[in-house]
Amino acid sequence: MDLSTTFCGVKFLNPTVLASGVLGVTGDSMRYVVDSGAGAVTTKSTNVEGRTGHPNPIIITHEGGMMNAVGLSNPGIKEEIETIENYKKQCEAPLLLSIFAKTVDGYKEITEKANQSKADFLEINISCPNVEDEFGKPFACIPGVPGKVTEIVKQNTDKPVIVKLSPNVPNIVAIAKEIEEAGADALSMINTVGPGLAINIETAQPILANKVGGLSGPAIKPIAVKAVFDVYKAVKIPILGIGGITTGRDAIEIMMAGAKLVGIGTAVYYRGADVFKKVTDEMGEWMEKNNYKKLDEIVGLSHRI
Amino acid sequence: MSYPGDKHEQPTVVPIKKIIEEADNLKTFVLEYPLKAKPGQFIMAWMPRIDAKPFAMSYQTENEFHFAVMAVGPFTKKMMELKEGDKLGFFGPYGNAFELKGKRIALVGGGCGTPPLKFAAIEAMNKGIEVDFIMGARNKAGIAYADEFEKLDMNLFIATDDGSLGEKGYTTDILKKRLEENKYDSILTCGPEIMMQKVIELADEYDTRCQVSMERYMKCGFGVCGQCAVDGLGVPICKQGPIFEKEKIKEITEFGKYKRDAKGAKVNFGSHC
Repeated sequence: MDLSTTFCGVKFLNPTVLASGVLGVTGDSMRYVVDSGAGAVTTKSTNVEGRTGHPNPIIITHEGGMMNAVGLSNPGIKEEIETIENYKKQCEAPLLLSIFAKTVDGYKEITEKANQSKADFLEINISCPNVEDEFGKPFACIPGVPGKVTEIVKQNTDKPVIVKLSPNVPNIVAIAKEIEEAGADALSMINTVGPGLAINIETAQPILANKVGGLSGPAIKPIAVKAVFDVYKAVKIPILGIGGITTGRDAIEIMMAGAKLVGIGTAVYYRGADVFKKVTDEMGEWMEKNNYKKLDEIVGLSHRI
Repeated sequence: MSYPGDKHEQPTVVPIKKIIEEADNLKTFVLEYPLKAKPGQFIMAWMPRIDAKPFAMSYQTENEFHFAVMAVGPFTKKMMELKEGDKLGFFGPYGNAFELKGKRIALVGGGCGTPPLKFAAIEAMNKGIEVDFIMGARNKAGIAYADEFEKLDMNLFIATDDGSLGEKGYTTDILKKRLEENKYDSILTCGPEIMMQKVIELADEYDTRCQVSMERYMKCGFGVCGQCAVDGLGVPICKQGPIFEKEKIKEITEFGKYKRDAKGAKVNFGSHC
């Protein structure tokens, strides 16, 4: 089954994309993910100067999935550009460079620098929910700000720009429209949900060193599918659907809601790094069985019937 | 009652049963819990709101497990302040294990790489495998388990840089001599990479299987965050490792050269263990 697709004019051999934050620290590890079947990869989010991130524990799992507060650890854009160069020497699969800045104006510098990389896309992470103590409320949760950030990014790059949305807002459609009007080429959604809190009862202490963390995994899939469904109706730009996708059926589901690409992160925990191959195999088998010839027939199908 | 840690990546918290001073700056922590770990595997020891760090088990019975702590940074220094009866959390066990097979094996441990090999040695002896244990440190004060090992049915060899205990020189000098006269089914090694690199060279020279325990900056411990991914293979060593056959180690291009810090930035190897 041919699962190839295009996104903002860039060709993907299959629609699965390593979501930002999982693996993705080094060029070789992203090549390993592509070798494991991913159609594309997203780097860890990078800022200009780099960050150590939060102390451990940074990730726990629970009945419904995972909760993380990695804290945006990264070596800084200079080393990240080398990482991407190293990846591109070994791999043709598209790479999304995830970037962030602490201030709205800070997006100018990080975008200018990121634009010099060999990345195929810039993904703008304005929705990390686990750095609020330091950064304040994520920009994706403050109406008016996501559009401003998008404008600054667009002015400083010629790469396609994907803006990553937060589900933790009263009206995700309004935020999505604001970003589209500001010129974004695509949306990725959703970032992690919450944040949530887990307490160890033997010590009465929060488990994550950051106390709170963003939820991902199976429990958030219905939230992601609903968000993609609602936003797909309201915007024309393509959507990278992310949130709890673990199986081929999950991938088809979020595509029927309107996603053109499918992000996978937490499922690496449940099914190993070759989850990408497993998901694409399952998608192909299902499509064959149900007489679908190409992915375009599936994208947004739930809106057409 | 079951703990969340039995099913999910969550901490189990128990009081510290015992703390044993083993050597200069090296303490064994004993926790009462049926961990069922294998030699070479590790836990992430957790101090709430401070940090969690990986430690390989040094010994295990049905109801308790041991791991060794050397004060090398802020977290391990904090751990050194803990007392018997204090609560300590852990995640895991994580990672793969040494394969203990054959008639005779050699273990080569350097500095704080020795404790995980103690667990492997005892398990191997229980399986009837003959064990040659070669351990080294800078000086006598840095050598752990010497008295304990003397009482066990193993062949013990000690090397210190200054000759204050055992032979003056390196563990690899002893290994070379042993390899000239003996045939091993496998060599297991854990310690500074510069030492392990030399062990691999000797294993190649004498055509002997070699299992290497690697260490990198780890965050999650279960193969998701990617922090400990090594160049060449590109895999997180917390999950696919920390034990690798020497043939796999040769595909890890950064081995013996550099590692990555908490940010993910490359740092060249210094002398730190």
